[in-house]
Amino acid sequence: MALKGNLRDFSTTQLLNLINLARKTGTLTIQHSGESAHMSFREGKLIYAYMGDNDNNHLAKILQHSGKLSAEQAQIIQAHAEGKSDKQLGHLLITAGRVTQNDIIQSVRQNVLDIVYRLFTWVEGVFRFEANKLPSPGHITIPIDLESVIMEGSRRLKEWEVLQEELPDLDVSLQFTERPDARLRNINLTVEEWRVVSFVNPRNTIRQIAKANNLSEFEIRRIVYGMLQAGLVEFVDKPKPAPVAEAADQGRRPKRQAVEQPPDVKRSVVERLIDRIKSI
Amino acid sequence: MQAVKMVITGPFSAGKTEFIGAVSEIDVVSTERKISSAAEQIKETTTVAMDFGRITVGDDLVLYLFGTPGQRRFDFMWDILSQGMLGFVVMVDSTKPETFREAKRILETFESYASTPYVVAANKQDMEDAWEPEDLRIILRLRQEVKILPCVATDKESVKNVLLELLYSILEQLDQNSQ
Ligand SMILES: Nc1nc2c(ncn2[C@@H]2O[C@H](COP(=O)(O)OP(=O)(O)O)[C@@H](O)[C@H]2O)c(=O)[nH]1
Ligand SMILES: [Mg+2]
Repeated sequence: MALKGNLRDFSTTQLLNLINLARKTGTLTIQHSGESAHMSFREGKLIYAYMGDNDNNHLAKILQHSGKLSAEQAQIIQAHAEGKSDKQLGHLLITAGRVTQNDIIQSVRQNVLDIVYRLFTWVEGVFRFEANKLPSPGHITIPIDLESVIMEGSRRLKEWEVLQEELPDLDVSLQFTERPDARLRNINLTVEEWRVVSFVNPRNTIRQIAKANNLSEFEIRRIVYGMLQAGLVEFVDKPKPAPVAEAADQGRRPKRQAVEQPPDVKRSVVERLIDRIKSI
Repeated sequence: MQAVKMVITGPFSAGKTEFIGAVSEIDVVSTERKISSAAEQIKETTTVAMDFGRITVGDDLVLYLFGTPGQRRFDFMWDILSQGMLGFVVMVDSTKPETFREAKRILETFESYASTPYVVAANKQDMEDAWEPEDLRIILRLRQEVKILPCVATDKESVKNVLLELLYSILEQLDQNSQ
């Protein structure tokens, strides 16, 4: 199985959306002007990430970065921790009273998020997803829901073109997907986003929601795009007119206003087509 | 003589010509040609670039397969092509993520033309870089009842399977409408 391409054609947001909805397990690698980012997922949750070389991702460095260790402390610890996994080192530091378990979890989590959020600014880069490849057991992994990551990522989106292409039509309506309550609980929404959420209803078009909330086209597109990619809402299908039987071989006709109805074809005709194709 | 038709659509190079050619009893009549010179370019604008295949079922029944033109400036023909069609196939080159957005656009356009059944063919599944059909389902935001089928257009059996699945969907819709 392959999941390869370029961010130009398939954005980080879309990739995360796919991994989330398909509940994928594996590691995504993205290369962008000499840098490479690695992110691992288990059943659709982000569990681990690092940039470049995994050495830079040493627990001591991460704790230094989050201010839990001084540069000097980090250096000494890293030198002494030679051959130890992050998990083992974490245990040692906790037992020695240097940091708390919560310090470690928060620092590692923030490190992962910092990496992923940086990716949202990459508009170009080769990516590759390797199914079932996971970090070795010594690494500290923390499951993070992708919905909230996607929402935050879309807040950082600056390209109008992407939004325009993903959401060309503002005269459509939205509805919540299944179990929106469970999803909403996992996402930290801004006040503006909550206001949009409160207007989600098959009777309101996106344009109407924007108007009611005094949001520009760019702002409403960004919010709705995030909510769509996070799987919170979906488009309401435009209602189709009731079927009317009509002949297949009708001649010229004026430009159609409504949706074309299927031709009035007999069941026996379709059955004959099936038999014929089977015999090819 | 009753003539019924199906439309094979999808982005450029998705495999429409290959697909029609695999099952058509006549050579695929394609007037599409490479634009290599200014003179040819002029010729091109006066030609209708469209694939066309035929499967005769009996003295009284024939199935035509129409491939939609590859170039955007022929988009106006989609509407005409879709009139009276029994169903349509949306072909996607599973190895080219840069075409997925275009495939979605084509799919939505055809969906708005006609409420006839359709299936999506995740083509070129014989290639190493092919994305999985179920991933394409998510990317193209297909409803659960829309079939997405693995396809290798160079393989006749695979093409037959896609057409059969489309015909089964057509039967199902007939049964629903007659209830
Ligand atoms: N490997 C492989 N190549 C294919 C397949 N289908 C089509 N092709 C090739 O892809 C190219 C584009 O196919 P074509 O039918 O011309 O695409 P169209 O523009 O949609 O009509 C041609 O070189 C085909 O031979 C397939 O299933 N597998
Ligand atoms: Mg062709």
